[in-house]
Amino acid sequence: MTKSGVGKRSGKRHYGLLQVRELRAIALLVIVVVGTYLIQPRYLNPNSLRSILIWIPLVAIIGMGEMMVIIIRGIDVSVGSIVGLAGLTVGMLFRDVPGFPVFLAVILSILIGLALGSLNGAIISRAHVPAVIVTLGGLSAYRGITFLITRGSQIDGNYIPKSLIRWSQLGPFGIREVPWIVVIVLAIALLTWVIFHYTRLGRDIYALGSNPEAARLRGVAVQRVTFFAYAFTGALSGLVGLLYSSRFGFLNPGQTGVGMEMTVIAAVVIGGVSPFGGSGSVLGVLLGCLLLGAVNVALAVLGIAGAWQLAVYGAVILLAVASDAVFQVGLHRADRSE
Amino acid sequence: MSWKKRNAGGRDEPVVEGGSRSEAVRVVMTRLRPVGPEIVVTLLLIVGFGVSSALSPFFLDADFLFRQALLYMEIGIIALGETFVMISGNLDLSIAGNLAMVACVSAFLHGQVGIPMEYCVAIGLVLGTAAGALNGFFVATLGLPSLTVTIATMALYRGIGQILLGDHSIQKFPSWFLGIDRKVIPGTPIPAPFLIFLLIAVVLGLVLHFTVFGRWVYSIGISSKASYYSGVPTRRVKMALFTLSGFLAGFAGLMLDSRLLVARYDHGTGWELQAITAVVLGGVSISGGRGTAFGTVVALLLIAVIQTGMGVANVKVESQLAVIGALLVASVLLSNVLGVGKKR
Repeated sequence: MTKSGVGKRSGKRHYGLLQVRELRAIALLVIVVVGTYLIQPRYLNPNSLRSILIWIPLVAIIGMGEMMVIIIRGIDVSVGSIVGLAGLTVGMLFRDVPGFPVFLAVILSILIGLALGSLNGAIISRAHVPAVIVTLGGLSAYRGITFLITRGSQIDGNYIPKSLIRWSQLGPFGIREVPWIVVIVLAIALLTWVIFHYTRLGRDIYALGSNPEAARLRGVAVQRVTFFAYAFTGALSGLVGLLYSSRFGFLNPGQTGVGMEMTVIAAVVIGGVSPFGGSGSVLGVLLGCLLLGAVNVALAVLGIAGAWQLAVYGAVILLAVASDAVFQVGLHRADRSE
Repeated sequence: MSWKKRNAGGRDEPVVEGGSRSEAVRVVMTRLRPVGPEIVVTLLLIVGFGVSSALSPFFLDADFLFRQALLYMEIGIIALGETFVMISGNLDLSIAGNLAMVACVSAFLHGQVGIPMEYCVAIGLVLGTAAGALNGFFVATLGLPSLTVTIATMALYRGIGQILLGDHSIQKFPSWFLGIDRKVIPGTPIPAPFLIFLLIAVVLGLVLHFTVFGRWVYSIGISSKASYYSGVPTRRVKMALFTLSGFLAGFAGLMLDSRLLVARYDHGTGWELQAITAVVLGGVSISGGRGTAFGTVVALLLIAVIQTGMGVANVKVESQLAVIGALLVASVLLSNVLGVGKKR
């Protein structure tokens, strides 16, 4: 995190670390799957595999944005509330405007998310207010607005278009195992991968995360890159607001997206995105989501109550971060004392 | 390492100053800088009191005021711990989770396991302190960003409470433990929690402003590295700060059980937001190195007045939280614009 420490992380060694982090996610995934299978053989059947797959999309989509934010040493804890506000807004349109077209709802939800994310991004990048303060404020402000506009009432399943619900039931060519929302995730992951590897913006994000001061001196447009990361995360969260109604068939101001920031951050951090900034990959985040999904379904199959979920997420983040610290020992020793 | 460095928004860029602002204003601003936020928040509190008492004839009633203030004493106690942590340039998001965990574990040990409440209170305090020390271990010893660590423990601690209690609540407490809010100082209308809060504030204020340890906290907040090289035991100080924050959270958790007569895992949901808002509003710099215990106390009372006002005006709790969230962002924005929180 300091200049000398980050300087040592450049070059091949940095890349090697990245691979180690992904390997860690794969190793944990194998342990979880094999371990659960040995205790409860019912775990490895097409149905529970499908429930792992269907659990991932909402988290993975936001994870792509959250990854960018954490790579540039930021944090966005307002994503769950953006999901709620965007989802409930289009949900109310479905309820009050019969026959509201789904494609318009897609555009609208993304725009709402983009607007909220841009607000976060503008305050963070222009006014230099720490990301955690801005998004913590957003977490409660956006949730409060959601309660205000809906007056606390739920949008029931019968208002949500059947074609939208089918997105999480059937896939292309009528394949049941890989529904459309999984395809959407893959498309967004591909888009993020292209941004990271084939655009200047993507390289700037890594540069900014590795060493903000050096990046600024090298001419990286710090404010624009920072703004983009939060706006992108917001837009993705908005889309997830719509997909939530497809996946769960209802929208509730007190439920939709509540606590989602914790799930997303857990998936991103376990997927190898370093809390010190500067490293992380699309593949890693997808693996992280897969791992968290496998753990979640494993808990259900093993008959462990849902009450364990929160503690498990917390423990997962803590373990991932702690093992990160162990990786960094050799690289950061000089600054450890600080 | 401190969380402030995670802000990638180019904190290191030179701040353009002067120009539009006249020299006289600048001199006044510079003179007021050391106490500016505390003065502003005190004035706002007086204005808030004036407006509220003008709107409702019942507002300036000692009984009513004490009863309303009682709702904020637990938040106040965890905010005082947070003040220390934030002055050192770190952040503790796990305080409300820790509070809920202690509230649940003590109630569970008494209600379900049957351990006498005296021991449960002690166990609760030890647990809260240990939880704080765990944060300290990750931050001070492993050198991890306090933000990431305490986001994780925020979920972990509340999660432990949820595992123990699930959706149930425990109401089985001995009578001596209950109703701390109804105990008053003999001969006065002052409720006990109010006095406890003020005592903690005074003691912590003395520690912060009149001891070597207090000066270390500021010096770490200004520059951890420079403090380290000038002989400040930075690791031990950070460890102590998070431990203190954990102890206060545990204490507040037990107080909350006693006041609400019930233990639930969702005790104090979102209180980290209110505590941090009070701390920042009270003039603690978000990048560390400045702030006072007095500022936090006054800012907490201001938040109490604002929320009481909204409650009287029938604003729903969720929407009240929205206002608090906006207040948090606005106060930091404002202090950034005025240049109050700027690093030397």
